[in-house]
Amino acid sequence: MSSMDWLACLLWVPALGVLGIVAARRHANLRESVTLVTALALFLSVIQLAASGESPRWVLAEPLPGLELVLSPEPLGLMFGLIASGLWIVTSIYAFGYMRAKHESHQTRFYACFALSIGAAMGIAMSANLLTLFVFYEVLTLSTYPLVAHHGDDKARAGARTYLRILLGTSIGLLLPAIIWTYHLAAGGDFQPGGILAGRVDATTAGLLLALYVLGVGKAAVMPVHRWLPAAMVAPTPVSALLHAVAVVKAGVFVILKVVVYVFGMEFLAGVPFERALLWLAGFTVLAASLVALRQDNLKRLLAYSTIGQLSYVVMAALTLGATAGLAAALHIAAHAVAKITLFFTAGAIYVASGKTEVSQLDGIGRRMPVTMTAFAVAALSMVGLPPTVGFISKWMILQGALEADQLFVVTVLVISTGLNAAYFMPIVHRAFFREEQSVPKNHGEAPPPMVAALVVTALLTLLGALAADALIAMQSPVMLAGRVE
Amino acid sequence: MIDLGLYNYWIVIALMMSGLYALIARGNLIRKLIGLNIFQASVFLLYISVGFVRDGAAPILAPDVESYSNPLPHVLILTAIVVGVATTALGLALAVRIHGAYGSIDDDVLDRQRD
Amino acid sequence: MILSHAQVLVVALPLLAVPICALLPGRRLPGVFATLVAWAVLALALLLMQEVSAAGVLRYQLGGWAPPWGIEYRLDRLAALVQLLLALIAAVVLPYAARSLSDEVGERSGGAFAALLLLLTGLLGIVATGDAFNVFVFLEISSLASYTLIALGRRRRALVASFRYLILGTVGATFFLIGLGLLYALTGTLNMDDLAARMPPLAGSPAATTALFFIVVGLGLKAAMFPLHQWLPDAYAEAPPAVSAFMAATSTKVALYALARFLFGVFGLQQLTEVPMLQEGLQWLAVAGMLGGSILALRAADIGRILALSSVAQVGYILLGFALLSTAGVAAGLVHLFNHALMKGALFLALGAMIHRCGGGELARLEGVGHRMPWTMAAFMVGALSLIGVPLTAGFVGKWYLVSAVIDQSAWWLVAAILVSSILSVFYLWRIVEVAYRRPAVMPPRAEAPLILLLPTMLLALANLLVGLNSSPLVSWAEAASLSLLGTGS
Repeated sequence: MSSMDWLACLLWVPALGVLGIVAARRHANLRESVTLVTALALFLSVIQLAASGESPRWVLAEPLPGLELVLSPEPLGLMFGLIASGLWIVTSIYAFGYMRAKHESHQTRFYACFALSIGAAMGIAMSANLLTLFVFYEVLTLSTYPLVAHHGDDKARAGARTYLRILLGTSIGLLLPAIIWTYHLAAGGDFQPGGILAGRVDATTAGLLLALYVLGVGKAAVMPVHRWLPAAMVAPTPVSALLHAVAVVKAGVFVILKVVVYVFGMEFLAGVPFERALLWLAGFTVLAASLVALRQDNLKRLLAYSTIGQLSYVVMAALTLGATAGLAAALHIAAHAVAKITLFFTAGAIYVASGKTEVSQLDGIGRRMPVTMTAFAVAALSMVGLPPTVGFISKWMILQGALEADQLFVVTVLVISTGLNAAYFMPIVHRAFFREEQSVPKNHGEAPPPMVAALVVTALLTLLGALAADALIAMQSPVMLAGRVE
Repeated sequence: MIDLGLYNYWIVIALMMSGLYALIARGNLIRKLIGLNIFQASVFLLYISVGFVRDGAAPILAPDVESYSNPLPHVLILTAIVVGVATTALGLALAVRIHGAYGSIDDDVLDRQRD
Repeated sequence: MILSHAQVLVVALPLLAVPICALLPGRRLPGVFATLVAWAVLALALLLMQEVSAAGVLRYQLGGWAPPWGIEYRLDRLAALVQLLLALIAAVVLPYAARSLSDEVGERSGGAFAALLLLLTGLLGIVATGDAFNVFVFLEISSLASYTLIALGRRRRALVASFRYLILGTVGATFFLIGLGLLYALTGTLNMDDLAARMPPLAGSPAATTALFFIVVGLGLKAAMFPLHQWLPDAYAEAPPAVSAFMAATSTKVALYALARFLFGVFGLQQLTEVPMLQEGLQWLAVAGMLGGSILALRAADIGRILALSSVAQVGYILLGFALLSTAGVAAGLVHLFNHALMKGALFLALGAMIHRCGGGELARLEGVGHRMPWTMAAFMVGALSLIGVPLTAGFVGKWYLVSAVIDQSAWWLVAAILVSSILSVFYLWRIVEVAYRRPAVMPPRAEAPLILLLPTMLLALANLLVGLNSSPLVSWAEAASLSLLGTGS
């Protein structure tokens, strides 16, 4: 098969998967097998596409004269595609255990929407221009809505409504005008190394545009458009994993990185004074989110705020401008994905096994669930940015990038937030392993095997990721170095 | 300064205003229709007076007449009158049906009745 | 032979069919007959479309009288586009009406279908004619037919809605008539081409400006331009569903067509730019409609009203395109005019199917309708997405061009208004979707609409997607129409 066929597979495989899942709705085992096969097939397709090293163009449609929907792979997109499709496999396995253990209803809808949102994420990853990106971005929002509202009660519906309102509102109100404006200014919206806006707009306009992009991509959860993320915590845990690690927030920061690299171009942005203000906003988000996380007792909410902070690391790194910082941003997307998915997996495993949701209830739980809590500890180390995890490497690179660019602000934020991260993650680990259990409501051990297996895999990825970092950096280097004067 | 030489326009404007007033201020549907008719009639007058040529005769070809009034506006207004009659007829028919359904043809009463 | 008279036949055919239809006995027969007439009209319209694309402008002198004495029928690209739209909507809606309207009216449905054909005649006539006074006559023909049709609604409120529309509609038509009278007094002609030729020297004169004002207000009333829209929500919510669908898709569009024809084809750009505050005024009115209609729709409790009020907002978009007074703006307005007919047609047809099954269009009554009638609701969703302006639907195309045209003039506040209105439309449509997919305590059995109602609905929904996927023919046609329309005025 040619690289073009593999590219087509990225949309067709999830689409066929959705059909297969719906067709097998009466047989739970078959339906889950279809999900798993689809996930594996998709991951294989992305690997094949990446391995081919080619970038075919697949024109999906031409809705307006001269305005095409095109998919075409490039390194950043391939990385995002690899993360999303790879983590989908693990998440699926985890979901089998979770959904069965909790006896959730509407499982067919759950798996179908899950496959659909992964398909949308593939579209975002491979989109070759802004319009295509926007289309798949909205598909992702809409296809994750039923997942967030999964429980169907008033609380779930209210949370899902906030989710939809903020994501749709920002994308239509801010992102779409930014896109139309870009098309207007640059006479097109194709992603190109080095950017398409350079030389076509003055600094003020560019600053305004960048602000529209940064705030319009609500999925990146830069304050003040972060509220959907805690609101979406009503969803089942595998969905939280999807939102926080696999597709949704990753799509957000990925879009911002892509816009900075391929639409503005780092060289050009360096001359835009307003860009600093957005950098500060991202830095503020990092600190504020960490402070809020410090005060949370609900484990999932704590993780949600930690995500907000971590996302802004990526945005901040992207806006620091420079090859190292850009690479760091790309790497941190991957690093955060594997670590955060582990954390959510453990949160879900604790919930399924013991019914506990609050941090204060976790005294001594490490003795009952040693594997789970060890995985938690590994992921928490990565979040804080300590060796030997992949989080250490990405954070180190952000620091290096900030020093190269003389961004003392970024350095300061990094140092403070590392302290804050440690302040809210380490006590949990301490509590779980070194405190005595206070009351014994229920005698329990580890969560069901599929869940434990999934979280062990992602924890291992968090450790092994440190070794794979070189490969990732090699893959992304051409992107970050493009368009600069050597 | 009011130019009374153009008295036809003043009459048109007076009729127009009184028609519109009846249309808006009256709650009774029949009165509204009458107001509408007055309003329309004022416009018909406007057209007809535009077509009038001073010292012109009726536009019928005659051997010793040089100047005729313009017949076209009159013809147009004939059409408009027909349209107006049709509208009035339809409006009256609706008023009858409304009276049958609500037992009243007063706008305020209709507004108060919910169904 | 037929070919050379097609331009008139397209209007005359439905007109001649009116009395026949009125006399036809039975419950189903008139509907079937009217459907056949509509299909014949569609065939003629397609034929004419082809001719116009070759010849540019088609002219036909009624009875052989040359203009300006006789009445001339004149079909250019703009008119041909709207004519095709009318024929298309009629051809899709009439089979639907043959079932739904005759069910509402009962035995002797001949009168109702005669009125529907008369409405079609009037609208087609407005588009076909090149004579200003003829526009007035056809406008009144279509209006009288619509008053009758609205009065056929299920509830007694339909009568009141019809009466109020009659009063306001007649005032609007009379305003239009005053405007025409002034134009005639100024120029001595009623042929639109002739008028256009004689207008430039009068540009900016008080009399011409007054005429312009009267015509804009008169046609604005018919087009439900904010704040002259008060008649519309009641009328669309109370009329029989098939009639709402047809009127929502066509009536206001034709009034907007006539407005564009008079603004650009008669008065011309020069005149429009010389009248102070005209452009700003129209833009303000458009924005007021876009926002006002959407805000009112947020609070409505009946789906028919929500859709009707959203029409007020959508009319605002189209008017905004015109008010930009640029080729790109007018083209965007035309594209959106066409697409809005497609989306509102689909939405109202889907709503009609729901009313057919559930007995009413109140939000409370339609709980869980998405589970009961999945296909109808799917068509509704397509229409709703198109209304919001989601990419790959027809609605996106018009909005894209509108925003581009606005950006061309660097009018940022207008961009903001378009976006705010779009976001509001997400909210008011979301209310419907949420109710439709909520599971009621007692779930009635699944009951999809009958095929004859479902098929036309799906067809229009599909048209939304088709235009969304490939809009090149429509866009290039609209651009050519806009170019020739503005070209004649300056």
